[in-house]
Amino acid sequence: MRDVYIIGTGQTPIGELWGHSLKDLAVEATVKALYGTDKQAVDCLVVGNMCSGILASQESLGAFVADYAGLGPVEAVKVESACSSGGAAFREGYLRVASGTAERVLVVAVEKMSDLLPDSVSSSLALAADGDYENLHGTTFAALNALIMRRYMHENGYKCEDFAGFAINAHRNAVSNENAQFRRPVTSKDYANATIVASPINLLDSSSISDGAGAVLLSADPKDSGSARKVRVVGSAAATDTIAVATRKDPLWLSAAEISARRAFSQAGLEPGDIDLFELHDAFSIMATLSLEAAGFAPRGRGVRLAMEGEIVPNGKVPIATRGGLKARGHPVGATGVLQVLDAVAQLRGQAGGSQVPDARTAMTQNIGGSGASIYTHILVAED
Amino acid sequence: MELPRYHRLQGALYRLEGSRCNACGTLHFPARAVCPGCGGTEHLPHRFKGAGTLWSFSELYQLQRGHPKDIPHLVGIIQLDEGPRVLAQITDAEPEELSIGMRLEMVTRLIRSLGEDGLRIYGYKFRPVMEKNG
Repeated sequence: MRDVYIIGTGQTPIGELWGHSLKDLAVEATVKALYGTDKQAVDCLVVGNMCSGILASQESLGAFVADYAGLGPVEAVKVESACSSGGAAFREGYLRVASGTAERVLVVAVEKMSDLLPDSVSSSLALAADGDYENLHGTTFAALNALIMRRYMHENGYKCEDFAGFAINAHRNAVSNENAQFRRPVTSKDYANATIVASPINLLDSSSISDGAGAVLLSADPKDSGSARKVRVVGSAAATDTIAVATRKDPLWLSAAEISARRAFSQAGLEPGDIDLFELHDAFSIMATLSLEAAGFAPRGRGVRLAMEGEIVPNGKVPIATRGGLKARGHPVGATGVLQVLDAVAQLRGQAGGSQVPDARTAMTQNIGGSGASIYTHILVAED
Repeated sequence: MELPRYHRLQGALYRLEGSRCNACGTLHFPARAVCPGCGGTEHLPHRFKGAGTLWSFSELYQLQRGHPKDIPHLVGIIQLDEGPRVLAQITDAEPEELSIGMRLEMVTRLIRSLGEDGLRIYGYKFRPVMEKNG
């Protein structure tokens, strides 16, 4: 396997972008990622997306994006893995370059959600759960996470307010991110007063409906990075778990996060203590909690303590959601996995402004599909 | 409309039917063609009794399309006495009456209605077991 470098990055602002179609978003991110490079040299396009057929009335995104982004006759394909579609597309691009079957691969991840009303969006997202045994019974993703969170609180003796630190950190970090959806701080009082969505989950535990796209250009040649600090992908792994929460051997343990993180660490020759920042999948506070535990940053039942003790902030022991995370940067579902990589690259290049992690050299991203059914873990290192 | 889909699901929805692995005896809900434990591929239908305890629950304030907007809308995961856990709606209870570990039993109720000229989907829900007076 060859070394793989991130040589181009581009993204749109994240938010409810009424004036922008899926096409506009994908093309904007592509143009930015390819700025200054020869389009002819891209030999493969991988598009990450979850739900464009229902949410944006468009499938066949491989050819669609290649056409409108002016990439000519390039090989192109769409990759879907629910909310981890972006992570899956990034891994697909990584594998093509690492294996030597492609020289330069463009990965574009996009989701356009705000054309439909919220109950329709939530019905579309619920398709990522077990159709006959979860979705049929009216469970939204908030509901599935709520069932896990209540059980976690019951087994470990926590209260709702113990989770406030996740939203407070995410929102504080989004203030300095010009592309973030919610660039405003929230307080513990805001958290205590937030509307309940699915008890015990409230609005500030939950990521929002967002539009947006992110793109990265991958190459085996570090010289392609130009003057920007070189960023190499040193770990890439994925695993699955049961599709439904109820049939999982241990619903409070993200085993796919544990397995994929362990593989990625072993590829990179690193361990959790070596990671300077962790862009985890904080679609809900409880998912952030379980990710911290399964990926090896906290013992079982103690992930939420990192938030309570202030260790998840940019100068803490385990900085997470350093540019706002899914909660405040925004969560255009299929785009998220690539947006996490872009946030990590900004940190590794010292471009994260007010939420810069001091001396960041090693970053981990983890993208979750469904309630923990598909999990993609990547480790990135800055090289001088 | 999806009529064939719900026809196929009637064993599970009306009778809480799962499967039993011939090789290792493990009971599964939902029914499986391959046992995740031993890999066995021979399974017979198994009808669960529908008795169990509440593993976790949630009161939903934002519902999907097609679900009656009767608040409270309660869902739970039930630990069946026979082994598997099942996700289902909780009925005949107020949210404040629910607690993890309480006894529940299966009942058959309307789960959802697929629009004005669509299907009415019936199936399992769970309710608290009434204390016997005496």
